[in-house]
Amino acid sequence: MMTIASKLLACSLAFATLAGGAQAETLRLGTEGAYPPFNYVTPEGKVEGFDVEIGQELCKRIGAECEVVAQDWDGIIPGLLAKKYDFIIASMFITEERKKQVSFTEPYYMAAMTHVVPKESEITEFTNDALKGMVVGAQAGTTQADYAVQMYPDADVRLYPTQDEASLDMASGRLDVMVGDMLPLLDFVEKTEDGACCKLAGEPITDPAFVGEGVGIALRQEDNDLRERLNKALEEIRADGTYQAINDKYFTIDIYTMK
Amino acid sequence: MAFLDTLATNLPKLLDGTATTLALTGLGAAIAAAASPGLALLRANGPLPAQLALRAYISFVRGTPLLAQLFLVFYGSGQFRAELTTLGLWGFFRDPFNCAVLVFAVNSCAYQTEILRGGIQAVPLGEVEAARAVGMSRPTILRRVVFPHAYRIAWPALGNEIILLMKASALASIVTVFDLMGRTRQIFSRSFEFSVYFQAAVLYLIITACFVYLWRFAERRLSRHMAAPGRA
Amino acid sequence: MMELFSYGPLGWGDEILAGLWVTMRLALTTLPVGLLLGFAVAALSLSHIPALRAIGVGYTTLMRGLPEILTLFIVYNGLGLGLNRVMAWIAPEAGPVDFPPFAAGVIALALVFAAFAAEVLRGAFQAVPEGQILAGRAIGMSARKIFWRIKLPLLWRYALPGMGNLWLNLLKDTALVSVIALDDLMRATKVAVGVTKQPFTFYLVACLIYWLMCLLSELVLARLERRANRGLRRA
Repeated sequence: MMTIASKLLACSLAFATLAGGAQAETLRLGTEGAYPPFNYVTPEGKVEGFDVEIGQELCKRIGAECEVVAQDWDGIIPGLLAKKYDFIIASMFITEERKKQVSFTEPYYMAAMTHVVPKESEITEFTNDALKGMVVGAQAGTTQADYAVQMYPDADVRLYPTQDEASLDMASGRLDVMVGDMLPLLDFVEKTEDGACCKLAGEPITDPAFVGEGVGIALRQEDNDLRERLNKALEEIRADGTYQAINDKYFTIDIYTMK
Repeated sequence: MAFLDTLATNLPKLLDGTATTLALTGLGAAIAAAASPGLALLRANGPLPAQLALRAYISFVRGTPLLAQLFLVFYGSGQFRAELTTLGLWGFFRDPFNCAVLVFAVNSCAYQTEILRGGIQAVPLGEVEAARAVGMSRPTILRRVVFPHAYRIAWPALGNEIILLMKASALASIVTVFDLMGRTRQIFSRSFEFSVYFQAAVLYLIITACFVYLWRFAERRLSRHMAAPGRA
Repeated sequence: MMELFSYGPLGWGDEILAGLWVTMRLALTTLPVGLLLGFAVAALSLSHIPALRAIGVGYTTLMRGLPEILTLFIVYNGLGLGLNRVMAWIAPEAGPVDFPPFAAGVIALALVFAAFAAEVLRGAFQAVPEGQILAGRAIGMSARKIFWRIKLPLLWRYALPGMGNLWLNLLKDTALVSVIALDDLMRATKVAVGVTKQPFTFYLVACLIYWLMCLLSELVLARLERRANRGLRRA
């Protein structure tokens, strides 16, 4: 199976690891920091979460020293293109629209979207008719925002700079419905005090037109070499159980396969 | 050129946002304008406690970023949802547009009050004395002498303040209002086409230019009795 | 309540102070850059050459007509992109240009500040009485000496109140940078709100900190103004 290129890569990787002590390559990892449990800021001011841990592990595997850069979602792709960091690991869905700007690694987890409603809510159907005039919230610039805008044209759709702010407004009762990523929202309703207000509702949204092929690491289109190295490292950590160990710290299911 | 290519597709949304921007600014400025004359009088020669309270209010508004004030009211009101619901106010605070108008009105009112106070204090005392000498009552003096003159003095500064408010209204986009800036960011987040920012910039400049023109026109009307004789 | 603002792993006091430090550094770094730019723009708009004057006046009109947040977005996101495109064109093999967020924030804020500063400076320059310059010439001062000994001190006196206002605006405008990326006071507050879910408490504290900074600035400015006017007798 091993091609010449990947052999060469393996050699250079080994070399990089050997030389690592003297001079490790430094890369910058861009993430958002407002998307628990995938990426968030702790009271110590550190950016942590599943995305960040996976990112750091991948960095280790490719023999690089990685510095975490937090960047607001709005500017996260422009920031990559402007070289404020070298790759984005921030739970970003692989979509056709984004592929015009950046390239993606293989997905590092599968994802679906879901609806959240207040506990006492009687909404069961999620159609444009049913949500007519209702206030629907989502994070701006995300696939869930696209979904809300396109599927519910007659609803009052509100877009927030961060998921945290949307959740805050869900808890304070400004929103009738919130559309978002399944896993963070599951975390929100099950594990947070604020999320106690609310429950998941309806079927998971898995329409590939919105969810894409899953969640990937975004890179500048010209950085093919880095993309291949990250893909390979991703395969490695899947194979040797490191991924699973990180996964189990955050989730009860394997989010790589969603089973 | 990307600027013109995307303009046709973006324009309907941008114009929709422009209408919201104008509504935000207009409402905020109008509410502030309604409240400011009374407050300016108090600030100029009201009782001491009232003056101190007004000074604190104006100083706070001037000394804090509008963005922080907006977050304080918008997200902060969520912390008091139960209390606000009992008071029957939650319906108001629930809507981000209302929150933004409230913050803009409170903010602009502080600046307008301060500008108008300057105008009132710049009215020559002789005019007031003359009015008193011909037997005008205090309300009449205010209505016929002090305020007309104070507004004429304050007019250009008030215009500047409204332009500043219009520009500041772009912050409403951060609390989910789809004003011109909000639409712009929405379009950008989907297309990553940078030209939409320049299109928005042009629209903002057009709004400013139109406003400056209208304001100057009104200024000429306000002081038409002072124009050189022979000109209508 | 108090532990929310304490130092250490559980409180947000240290993060907020770190944010405050970024805010102050941002404002203090922008000030000289913006002033220099402002001087340049003012010089352009006072130029006798129509083309230069048009550039100066055009710049101030443009910058003052646009929302600060829009300018910041364009400069912050556009500058990095543009710079890299230009670099790729000039020297394709040079690789990425490092463009730190702090520098981008400073440049964006300075561009806005310069437009307003230029207007204040232009007004102040034009307010310098002709007689003072004539008097200087009459006692045989050189043009350079007139600039340093007469124009500049007067300029300082006339421009100070306007500049003071601009400084307060700058201090407050730094909050806008939080919307983009920098970990300033506003963003530190936002992060704390995201975790603690206590928006009112934290935004109120942020407001109070900004207010305090502005009040302190006003005190310093009042002293500076008194000093600048020390030779003046009030009528």
